[in-house]
Amino acid sequence: MSLLLDYVKKQLTPEVKHPKFKAGDTVTVHYKIKEGDKERIQQFSGVVIQRKNEKATASFTVRKISNGVGVERIFPVASPFIDKIETNKVGVVRRAKLFYLRARTGKSARIREKIQNNEEA
Amino acid sequence: MSGIIGKKIGMTSFFDANGKYVPCTVIEAGPCVVTQVKTNEKDGYSALQLSFDEKKEKNTSSAMKGHFALAKTTPKRKVVEFRSFEEAKNLGDVITVDLFVEGDFVDVVGTSKGKGFQGVVKRHGFSGVGGSSHGQHDRQRAPGSLGASSDPSRVLPGKRMGGRTGGNRKKVQNLEVVKIMADKNVILIKGSVPGAKGSYVLIEK
Repeated sequence: MSLLLDYVKKQLTPEVKHPKFKAGDTVTVHYKIKEGDKERIQQFSGVVIQRKNEKATASFTVRKISNGVGVERIFPVASPFIDKIETNKVGVVRRAKLFYLRARTGKSARIREKIQNNEEA
Repeated sequence: MSGIIGKKIGMTSFFDANGKYVPCTVIEAGPCVVTQVKTNEKDGYSALQLSFDEKKEKNTSSAMKGHFALAKTTPKRKVVEFRSFEEAKNLGDVITVDLFVEGDFVDVVGTSKGKGFQGVVKRHGFSGVGGSSHGQHDRQRAPGSLGASSDPSRVLPGKRMGGRTGGNRKKVQNLEVVKIMADKNVILIKGSVPGAKGSYVLIEK
């Protein structure tokens, strides 16, 4: 990418306040929803299956199983409608994009959790 | 009509103050140097010749070297005339993105991407012939009939057919200027702009 485009994208990126997370982590996204002039917060929690692009155009995809149906939602990282992101679980995965999860259900769709004690030590 | 010469850098998008996701084209515009002022008395029409983008001296012809020396500037790659420039400018003046303010509506001229030889569906927006079922085949992107039969016994001139597509000068009107970064000579224009990355565009006010 051109250096100038890189600079422009950096300028357009608001300061990130979200915790670090990667593909394989389980997160809860608190998303602001406007209904008329009222605003409420909706939660969407699931596994992050990809992080895409960078800076101003960065986004991530969260996948969850809702009533037996797989639901995926893409959030732009820079979106002003994201109230906060909670990291619930840190997963151990070997890939950056977890599209293989789409073909799996139940036990085989689980992701091993990273043992938190190791991180503290 | 004032204007500036720019170079298309690429596209990006961002959230504006209202929370709307705005797609925009990044253009490196200016600084342009006035290398000639054409007047009604001398040239028969009035225009301002602007030059943009540095060029090596060894790649410049002697004639052009002399032309740029008159304006006391270094050789430039792109030289364009703008008719009836609103602001009065003198030889050697520099025009920057300060010409525009955020919220302005501008026209952008560029050379569209060449597409090569294309059929009528892509080139003229024809919808093709027939469906894909009932035994029909090989007609989905066809132009259909070219005209009537024994009268006139020929295809009328101007009949739209396949051919070389793209690579033409195109002007897109009324594009909004969403952001200006004067320190880097960058202007952000809402939506897309004709041409490939790295190609020259004219931004007209």
